[in-house]
Amino acid sequence: MTSTPTALRGLAPARECLANGVTLIVKPTATQPAVTINATVSAGSLCDPRGAEGTAHLLSRLLDRGAGTRRGEEVADFLDLRGVSPSITVSRQTTSVTCDCLAEDAEAVLALVGEMLRTPTCAEGDVQVCRSQVLTGLRQDEESPAARALDAIMPLLYGQDHPYGRPPRGLPATLDLIDRSRLLELHAAHFAPRRLTVVLVGSISVSAAVAATTRAFGTWDVRAVPHVGTDLSPLSPPPSPPANRRRVIPMPAKSQADIVYGFTTIARSDPAFYAYWVMNNVLGQYGIGGRIGRSVREKQGLAYYAGSVFEAGHTAGTLLVRAGVNGDNVDRALESIEHEVMALARDGATDEEVARAKRYLLGALPRSLETNAGIARFLQTAQEFDLGLDHDRALLELVDAVTVDAVGEAARRTLVPAQAAVAIAGPYEAS
Amino acid sequence: MLPLIRAAVLDNGLQVRVAELHTTPLVSVWCWYRVGSRDEGPGLTGASHWAEHMNFKGTVGIPAGEFKQFIDRFGGFWNGYTWIDQTTYVATATKDALDPMLFMEAERMDRCLYAPAAFESERTVIISELQGGENDPDNLLDIEVTATAFTSHTYRHPTIGWEGDLRTMSRDDLHGHYRRFYAPTNATLVIVGDVDADDALRQAERRFGAIPARETDRGVITAEPEQSGERRVEMVREGTTGYVKVAYHAPAATDPDFAPMLVLDAVLTGAKGLNVWASFSGPAPQRRARLYRALVDTGQAAAVAGSFVATADPYLFMVSATAGDGIAVLELRDLLLAALDTVRLEGATPDEVDRAKRQLRARIVLENGSITSIGHQIGFFETVAGSGVFDQLVSRIAAVSDHDVARVAARYLSTHNRTVGSLQPA
Repeated sequence: MTSTPTALRGLAPARECLANGVTLIVKPTATQPAVTINATVSAGSLCDPRGAEGTAHLLSRLLDRGAGTRRGEEVADFLDLRGVSPSITVSRQTTSVTCDCLAEDAEAVLALVGEMLRTPTCAEGDVQVCRSQVLTGLRQDEESPAARALDAIMPLLYGQDHPYGRPPRGLPATLDLIDRSRLLELHAAHFAPRRLTVVLVGSISVSAAVAATTRAFGTWDVRAVPHVGTDLSPLSPPPSPPANRRRVIPMPAKSQADIVYGFTTIARSDPAFYAYWVMNNVLGQYGIGGRIGRSVREKQGLAYYAGSVFEAGHTAGTLLVRAGVNGDNVDRALESIEHEVMALARDGATDEEVARAKRYLLGALPRSLETNAGIARFLQTAQEFDLGLDHDRALLELVDAVTVDAVGEAARRTLVPAQAAVAIAGPYEAS
Repeated sequence: MLPLIRAAVLDNGLQVRVAELHTTPLVSVWCWYRVGSRDEGPGLTGASHWAEHMNFKGTVGIPAGEFKQFIDRFGGFWNGYTWIDQTTYVATATKDALDPMLFMEAERMDRCLYAPAAFESERTVIISELQGGENDPDNLLDIEVTATAFTSHTYRHPTIGWEGDLRTMSRDDLHGHYRRFYAPTNATLVIVGDVDADDALRQAERRFGAIPARETDRGVITAEPEQSGERRVEMVREGTTGYVKVAYHAPAATDPDFAPMLVLDAVLTGAKGLNVWASFSGPAPQRRARLYRALVDTGQAAAVAGSFVATADPYLFMVSATAGDGIAVLELRDLLLAALDTVRLEGATPDEVDRAKRQLRARIVLENGSITSIGHQIGFFETVAGSGVFDQLVSRIAAVSDHDVARVAARYLSTHNRTVGSLQPA
């Protein structure tokens, strides 16, 4: 099997727009006789009515439980027979259905995905089963220090009233209020053809992809939806941080404590995004380690995992430093994290660190585009943030252009310990 | 299902496998060792996993602080994992990183430092990893059930080891474990990606050829005697959620019953495929699986899962269920056992077997979508099962009949072959 590697010529996907506003992006590949379908609607947990948090998430759990003319059992039969297990995810802004399937099944699976997104049944019995499953998941998370710390950090950073501060999976009390009619109301208000982007990557031609997508979504009546909430209100920035945002969740029966130490950052559209990306790599990109990994794990042996994650969305995102440590070592780990954060903000990064981080991020791009699913994720993100069809090539220049000064400025702008929020869950009590 | 593989053996005994795939300008290098927690005796539990950690902490040719950055500079991904039969290291990066990757693996095979300070620092990291795992009640139950299911074989202890051994093991103990098992004769090097096979073999020879041949004393592993009665584990822990696990002794990868058991697992809980590395990326298709319908669709369980993977010696087929909202653990346990007993007595329907085989066929294609995953499969089966086993599995699965599934269900899902565990929230 030989062909010109994708990274040399760029992805160069095709984009089409159906008459009803559905966007289709197609990237044929020859790696295996399979296709990845990634269908994403710009409607996520921000659509949850106040007091009914968890509605979009619960709806997502019901999408493959019956749709259009197919009962839930028929959907399950169809998917199981083809070895397809849809991944249905909800972010604050989007709901995505992703299916990896054999190429021979791609058109039929896409037709089913169409029905799932257009006309979910949300039968009462299934609502009860799925609600019960979500409740069990929430209960399981109550036992997990990592989940508790992570859940606690968002309200600390954004405040309870900001959409990012609300619980995306809901709470037991809000889930009790969500019934079939509420689910269908949210669907009717926010799931619309012009909010849908379908990305197809794999062993499929552009013409076949257009034909299949037209059959699956072309008759979705643009007039039928949405009748309310056509567009989400622009997201407000997070409020100015109050001092001492710290929450300790004592879990004495647990063996290890989880620390989340976080800041709000910038929106994806901010020109400084790439400088932040490099800065996070230097500080402690998860899986790489950076300064925090070297200090907390490698030098002191305090944690099995210690690193940072930077995410930027439609409003100011987050930079979260995370570590799992013995309860006796929490204070020491926090001191080390704070020391590294302050040092990077005060002194910036070195030439060598920035050069190394840029080499890593640029070198990692071909790897992220190695699989059909990876390409589909990349193209869907480029579409969501309007980055352009040539973003895989533009990205190289954008990262290469990041300077040491820009990284230092990103660190100074964000890594201010007095503005950090800290959540700790586990066998630890604040001294 | 896999690309054409070139096989070679260096003079020092190192097995090398190379597969050319030119769809992406990347290369993936895996180095596999036949050493896992099965190879650990008393006082040394967790040594294989700890050695894996130490083997990122400096060699004669790569200073400790630079080891992890060695591949990062190429934008590479690197990792390692240890399980019961194997320890492996992987790096995937742009193809210009092939020689540095081979250099790194050659260093790791023969020249790791095990500096005393790094050894002590890593002790606390590993204990932290163990304690992180203890935070998960499902994991705790898994450890207890596995330790109860095996009385004699070294599969009984967890790969991370027992905490007592982790606190007392010396640097020399661990270094001795490393020297014993890290040798060319006990390893398989796999190279997959945008390479020329002849050139890749030459590069492997250049980096590994000078490592001396050394026979590996793999020792003797006590075979697990046949289980003669049901065993039970009943745990009560502070928490909110109940868990049930049922473990049956099950055939090894080379056993003729392995393929029918894969199909039986798919009938019960959905097909996971054959790639333990890629299977982390998504759940099995299981909505029509027997146990999902019996337990999840009815609200008795929030989730159900099966685990059956290729191993060198007979290991376990384990079924796990998480109690649904308001469901008592013991009630769920009895329902799960009843559903399993029905399959033992009646086998599966032709439709169930057909669906399971179709699922497996699709999953085996889908799970090999990257050079990293392909490299895993080549090395994994070579290490735990030997040459040729993976190549035959697809046809062996296709040949599985309804009768075969009924036969293995009757044989392996028996009461006297199982260990039943429950964890009740207090």
